[in-house]
Amino acid sequence: MDLNFTKEEIAFRDEARHFFRTAIPESIRAKVAEGEGLTRDDMITAQRILNARGWATPNWPVEWGGQDWSPVQVYLYQDEMQQANCPSPIAFNTSMVGPVIAQFGNEEMKRRFLPATANADIFWCQGFSEPGSGSDLASLRTKAERKGDKYIVNGQKIWTTLAQYADWIFCLVRTDPAAKQQEGISFLLIDMKTPGITVRPIVTMDGGREVNEVFFDNVEVPAENLVGRENKGWDYAKFLLGNERTGIARVGNSKAKIARIKELAALEFAGEQPLIQNARFLEKLAAVEVELKALEMTQLRVVSDERKLEKGKQNPASSILKLKGSVIQQQLTELLMEVVGPYVMPYQREFDGKNEPIVGPEYATEAAPMYFNYRKVSIYGGSNEIQRNIIAKAILGL
Amino acid sequence: MDFDLSEDQRLLKESVDRFITDQYGFEQRKKYMREPAGYNPAMWDQITEIGLLGLPFEDTLGGFGGGGVETAIVMEAFGRGLVLEPYFATVILGGGLLRRAAPEATLGALAPRVAGGKLKLAFGHVERHSRYDLADVTTTARKDGSGYVLNGAKSVVIHGDAADKILLTARTGGERRDRAGIGLFMVDPTSPGVARRGYPTQDGLRAAEITLDNVRVSAGDVLNDNALPLIEHVVDEAIAALCAEAVGAMQVMQDLTLEYLKTRKQFGRPIGSFQVLQHRSVDMLVALEQARSMALFAAVMAEETNPIERRKAISAAKVQIGRSARHLGQEAIQLHGGIGMTNEYAVGHYFKRVTMIDQMFGDADTHLAFLARHGGLFGRAA
Repeated sequence: MDLNFTKEEIAFRDEARHFFRTAIPESIRAKVAEGEGLTRDDMITAQRILNARGWATPNWPVEWGGQDWSPVQVYLYQDEMQQANCPSPIAFNTSMVGPVIAQFGNEEMKRRFLPATANADIFWCQGFSEPGSGSDLASLRTKAERKGDKYIVNGQKIWTTLAQYADWIFCLVRTDPAAKQQEGISFLLIDMKTPGITVRPIVTMDGGREVNEVFFDNVEVPAENLVGRENKGWDYAKFLLGNERTGIARVGNSKAKIARIKELAALEFAGEQPLIQNARFLEKLAAVEVELKALEMTQLRVVSDERKLEKGKQNPASSILKLKGSVIQQQLTELLMEVVGPYVMPYQREFDGKNEPIVGPEYATEAAPMYFNYRKVSIYGGSNEIQRNIIAKAILGL
Repeated sequence: MDFDLSEDQRLLKESVDRFITDQYGFEQRKKYMREPAGYNPAMWDQITEIGLLGLPFEDTLGGFGGGGVETAIVMEAFGRGLVLEPYFATVILGGGLLRRAAPEATLGALAPRVAGGKLKLAFGHVERHSRYDLADVTTTARKDGSGYVLNGAKSVVIHGDAADKILLTARTGGERRDRAGIGLFMVDPTSPGVARRGYPTQDGLRAAEITLDNVRVSAGDVLNDNALPLIEHVVDEAIAALCAEAVGAMQVMQDLTLEYLKTRKQFGRPIGSFQVLQHRSVDMLVALEQARSMALFAAVMAEETNPIERRKAISAAKVQIGRSARHLGQEAIQLHGGIGMTNEYAVGHYFKRVTMIDQMFGDADTHLAFLARHGGLFGRAA
């Protein structure tokens, strides 16, 4: 047992650290650190820088631009990227639809989509959830009827993150209404410019505009946009969801947040002392740090084990990464808000586009919106309650 | 970076696991507890034969030079069996103190006897008002010729009644809570002026109260006259060992609870089919895996030579183990219902042991405060 990284691993870590902190524009990284939303251009700029080095899609097959890294390298890459407040590559592109196309798409589809997806020439969004199908995703009703060489799509998707930026959407659609729920679903790629698609924003409680409703009204989709085989979409969706096992804990992000909290706690005063010297505050923070250290060790156990596990097998410890990682992220946004104090109150998005000075310190403006926004992390991608259902069944055998 | 065990470690694990499986079933343990000593001398002999008593010592001293990982392997298995014999007191504490704080001649003379099962040790450090502060020592050591005369008392000395020799702290100089001037002495419990009262602890182990009334200690039994930093290192190693023991005990509680959820039927079906209990057992799993991760971290960091980094890591582990064990243990009892309350059934005994572990060498809050005072684990220091 050796918890130290090898010389080669350390060299790789240092290379990644240097790259993320020099190649990605400071202005973009500052936005990530502050919790300020990124523009479409920011995301595309960052991804193209990564892609130029082959680092946007390390998890892909090598022939399509993957890196064939060891699990430890993947871990270090993610950890350094997150700690540097570098935006992760667009998840819809690189960890969702890309791997599905690479695994299940035909050669023509791969040539058509994979390079453009890696380089963010196509910005993807994900059409899974529907108003009546959240946790019970397999009950989805958006239907695609085959007519000649086309599918005709009708229905509605919801919680579609960044649909307003997207060029394309990958959708789960019902192609066989007669079949058992999971067996009548297909995985379809749809150009957002197709007539009949309407995107309507949903404003979240933090005032942000991340998620949308997407309506499909007799949308004609070429049959060649079907991924893999008809009615096998549920298998592809499961592959997609099971794909990212370790990055999901977002340990590096949480480390960056702790560094930020400590930085700000040195500037804010509670009585005579800066908050960073307040015992009660420090103990609250230390309690989260302990959980994060434990989670980091848990993640490293999973990473170290990945080399030995057969494909498809899962280390029981990996199942807790999302559950614990999401709660830790939320606790840290809570502490970040507490550090700022009364200046969390002004709702400063009010001033967007107006030439008025902000109220209070710059770092205060996003503290409360980030806290509100981060409630989502225990809901999206299968809520923590669904995670518990899955773990109870798959790991505990209940 | 890898978490794999070496070939030697794997063999050690196999033999300790086999010992626990064969010799330390819950019903067998109940019998051992009824022995006059509160443990089974035959088991002590077996532990000796497997070679576990020599863990911390070099092979020239009859040991096998084990470190944090080897200690964790043994202690996790012992946690599964709730081992009663004075292994922790003799080897982890006593052996550790000999190795780190005693003169070479003393180590050379005593280590082979410990390794051979001929010498049981205990460590007295708690005093009436010291709580978890190792520097809060009022027991005095007055220089007397080439030796010392000790006066004072030590409380809750784990396995103090079984020990052939008791290692204890006494002040050779300085004020009550000074870090300097804390000596480490070896006392024969049968020597004049030593009174010892043994008793059972909540978890079925044993401890003793020791009082010292003008007890003469010869020069050869003065292990160190200024020992606190060395004692702290040994205590850190001991905490790492307790973390591993707690993980072993927690694993059994988790297994027992899952087994019970799958077999106990109410309302016509196994109670494990109820979602409210499923989710609670998942949270127990989370607590267990987080604790296991930190026990590993502690095992590795116990050997760290930078004392502040070492102590922060060990404190973090003790916090996690304390929190995890309390949550998992309480839930294990609750999910069992009435049967979990009984003395006859195993789960309560594991619960009692992990509860006592939290009270040893600083509870979760004490260690959290230490960690907070020293800037935490991540990011910029305070």
